[in-house]
Amino acid sequence: MSGYLIRRVITSIIVILGVSIVIFFLLHLIYPSPAQDVLGPKATTASVNAWNKEHGFDRPWLVQYLSYLGNALHGNLGYSYKLNQSVAALFNERWARSLYLSGMSVVLSVLIAIPLGIYQAVRRNSLSDNAATTAAFVLYAMPVFFLALILIQVFALSLHIFSFEASQSTSVWTVIGDWHSMTLPIVTLTLINVASYSRYMRSSAMDALAQDYIKAARAKGLPERLVLLRHLVRNACLPMVTLVGLSIPILLAGNLITEQVFNFQGLGLLFFNSLNNVDYNVLIAYTLIGAALVVVGNLVADIALTVADPRIRLA
Amino acid sequence: MTNIASPVLGPLGASRAPEGGEVGPIQSGWRLAAREFVSNRLAVLGSAVLAFFLVFCFIAPLFYHGQTVNTNLLTTDLPPGAGHPLGTTDEGFDELALLMRGGQAALEVAFLAAAFGIVLGSLWGAVAGLVGGIVDSVMMRIVDVFLSIPILFVVLIIAVRYNSSVLSLGLIIGGYYWLVPARLVRGEVLTLRTRDFVSAARVAGARRWRLIGRHLIPNALGVMIVNVTFNVADAILLVAALGYLGFGLQYPTEDWGDMLSKGAASMQDGYWWLVYPVGACIVLVVMACNLVGDALRDSFDVRLRRR
Repeated sequence: MSGYLIRRVITSIIVILGVSIVIFFLLHLIYPSPAQDVLGPKATTASVNAWNKEHGFDRPWLVQYLSYLGNALHGNLGYSYKLNQSVAALFNERWARSLYLSGMSVVLSVLIAIPLGIYQAVRRNSLSDNAATTAAFVLYAMPVFFLALILIQVFALSLHIFSFEASQSTSVWTVIGDWHSMTLPIVTLTLINVASYSRYMRSSAMDALAQDYIKAARAKGLPERLVLLRHLVRNACLPMVTLVGLSIPILLAGNLITEQVFNFQGLGLLFFNSLNNVDYNVLIAYTLIGAALVVVGNLVADIALTVADPRIRLA
Repeated sequence: MTNIASPVLGPLGASRAPEGGEVGPIQSGWRLAAREFVSNRLAVLGSAVLAFFLVFCFIAPLFYHGQTVNTNLLTTDLPPGAGHPLGTTDEGFDELALLMRGGQAALEVAFLAAAFGIVLGSLWGAVAGLVGGIVDSVMMRIVDVFLSIPILFVVLIIAVRYNSSVLSLGLIIGGYYWLVPARLVRGEVLTLRTRDFVSAARVAGARRWRLIGRHLIPNALGVMIVNVTFNVADAILLVAALGYLGFGLQYPTEDWGDMLSKGAASMQDGYWWLVYPVGACIVLVVMACNLVGDALRDSFDVRLRRR
């Protein structure tokens, strides 16, 4: 087990390094230097060159990469020339808000998808199962922003129940307490996630229902409720562990779009605004962090599955 | 016959089909898969919707000429009615004609990306699986690395500096969609390599290229086709998201996501026809692709097949 863990962690670190090289190289190809954006379109070639030399953008990209990596490991993610703040400080201000939005919707989606999937598997092909499957199919095909627009139209503009804009408070505790404005963003992401989670949950519960231990539990006369609660739930939930870990790329993208639609000042909106004014260091830092999160998500999913499922024996 | 929802096993695990399957004439796997697919009502529905959109986006514009080029202030924001079945935009453009052109672009990007991805991916996966050893490890680690990159971020960053066209967007997205097929095809090749019919062919003296052409590719093709349908669905959503965020296809190409974001701005004025038809188009196309993909997966999956 520990041998597997060490090997798995080492591969993950190698993958993260590889990802950072690829991203850095790609960005370097697209934006060799932020000089023109910082100094303005009228800057002379001489002043651009001077700026590049001063900030180290005249070095080969590999050298720049290594120094960036060294700085990043010390917590220095560079400087935002547009917002006149260090990137680390910008992220510090916002990460909690994004984490709340994504985390809350993942937790809610899992809490909804597990019972829904099991219910659908038990009542398979019934009217309610088909209705839920249809809804999941539609939501699964729905662009996040379109769902958000519909929810805004119905619940904010027509019924005036919730606000069409997310909370603008700088304190994350105020944001958490502000149900009026946070419900719609959270519901948007939750519905999108439930659509895919519940489909996996349904098929996983159907597989589990066909197993011999369920037959045995029924044969010994256990009430159906206990068969489901004691024997089915824990086995059927195993794929959810992997699924949540693997859904981080989708969460990051969904987060970006939701924050943009609801004007929620999280990391996704920061990235989006940095696109418009080409805030080089913010873009690269958030892309790198996103990639690292994806790798870590895979790793955690693998490890969690081996912990949760004793049948997985590792050399 | 089976639809997506119906499992092979009953509630207590009793097989409904007779042991060993019903007796029938020997047919090719492709014909069996086709029969299975046609008997799936959702698959037929999905294919019909896809066919409708192909006609709608590529053939209908030849017959329906709505104003999409010159701004006309006399026809701005008209509700659906005579002359404009789906109303007009704030520039006086005909919404229905815009929908057709937007769909054309979205489908072109999606098919291009999926095709590029599947060709590159299956070559990559096949080489890795056939060569094996250290080459295989390195090639698969490269796939791991690229799979960890959040595609939306990278596409957005590229789109800021370079204008998106159907070709560039298709290639960039396709440059990401080869990763999953590479893994799938490698897996297929690895399992197929040890299967009895491949050994039999090898014993019978088949050369390497005959093995690949006659046995490995036809057997991996099912997985590849399924992957293409899901990638098309994915790409349409991605292009729409890019367009919505303002980094999508540039004028004169229309973009469903871009249309939706413009429509959303005038939602409070009650111009519903600028929002819901576009959204419905995206949802319908993506749903149709997913339905077809699911059904194809079921019909290629021998284990699920009720013989």
